[in-house]
Amino acid sequence: MTLDDLDAADRRLINRLQDGLPLVARPYAAVAEELGIAEGDLLGRLARLREGGVLSRFGPMYHAERLGGGLTLAALAVPESDFDRVSEAVNAFPEVAHNYRREHELNMWFVLATETPDRIAETIAGIEAATGLTVFNMPKEEEFHVRLHLPV
Amino acid sequence: MTLTPIALDTRPASGNPDAHRHLRALLEQGLPLTPRPWRTLAEQVGMAEEGVMACVRRWQAEGLIKRLGLVVRHRRLGIQANAMVVWDVPDEGVALVGRRLARETAVTLCYRRPRRLPDWPYNLFCMIHGTRRERVLADLAAIVERLGLDDLEHRVLFSTHAYRQCGGRYVREGAA
Repeated sequence: MTLDDLDAADRRLINRLQDGLPLVARPYAAVAEELGIAEGDLLGRLARLREGGVLSRFGPMYHAERLGGGLTLAALAVPESDFDRVSEAVNAFPEVAHNYRREHELNMWFVLATETPDRIAETIAGIEAATGLTVFNMPKEEEFHVRLHLPV
Repeated sequence: MTLTPIALDTRPASGNPDAHRHLRALLEQGLPLTPRPWRTLAEQVGMAEEGVMACVRRWQAEGLIKRLGLVVRHRRLGIQANAMVVWDVPDEGVALVGRRLARETAVTLCYRRPRRLPDWPYNLFCMIHGTRRERVLADLAAIVERLGLDDLEHRVLFSTHAYRQCGGRYVREGAA
């Protein structure tokens, strides 16, 4: 499923739900009424979007640190010839939530999400042992709040 | 297996901790697509619908849950250009620049992070997404001009490949 597969109502729905769902007994009916569509239509669209892989998360967005978990952004400088092996080794860790290749000497950037804060250091040590590379750990020191909204 | 510490269950009046843990694990899989999703969850964890909603309301108030909503798998939708823009800002000015950047509509995340000298002098990170690189760079140029950031050394790191894009999982399956 790509952007071209979304009709105007799908797009309105995605844009509306990025702002959040009300905490009421029938939240889908409430949003459907706002958008002027039937509740069943909205549920069908959401199911299709979820099955089509358009939505990576639907539901509560957790604040990892306040849940007692650990979260950090880390990077590696991976030799070009070794990139596939290293990405496989890094992605084998279940704590790796996102992993992007980027254009810089530090060319592999990943987010670690762990159940407890001390697991971050253990995971980094594990990744260093598995890859033979130094992990640059860059945890968040301060968040500047934005309204997360990607219009589609 | 280590379990996530659940600070929210320490209050004696807050109900059954096992049911709450189960509820959180279920919620991480997403909200059910049923007309009364809280009732669906309530049936699964053995709580009342009102009890489930009260838990979620409290977790929102405590900041454990930031919001109920969705995250778009943007690459799947063709929003391919994902730029991490990193800035080297004097420490005394980083909060001000961070707050200003976060107010820009093109900026989707903005964090202060530690420098890793000598390799990495940048201490302020923001993300800009767009369908095309040219558009992202134009947005960035406009921001630099509007906020007067020409003097700050910065780099744009476009992503060229997503090896993994999924939400964090903070409660293990089976933790309930």
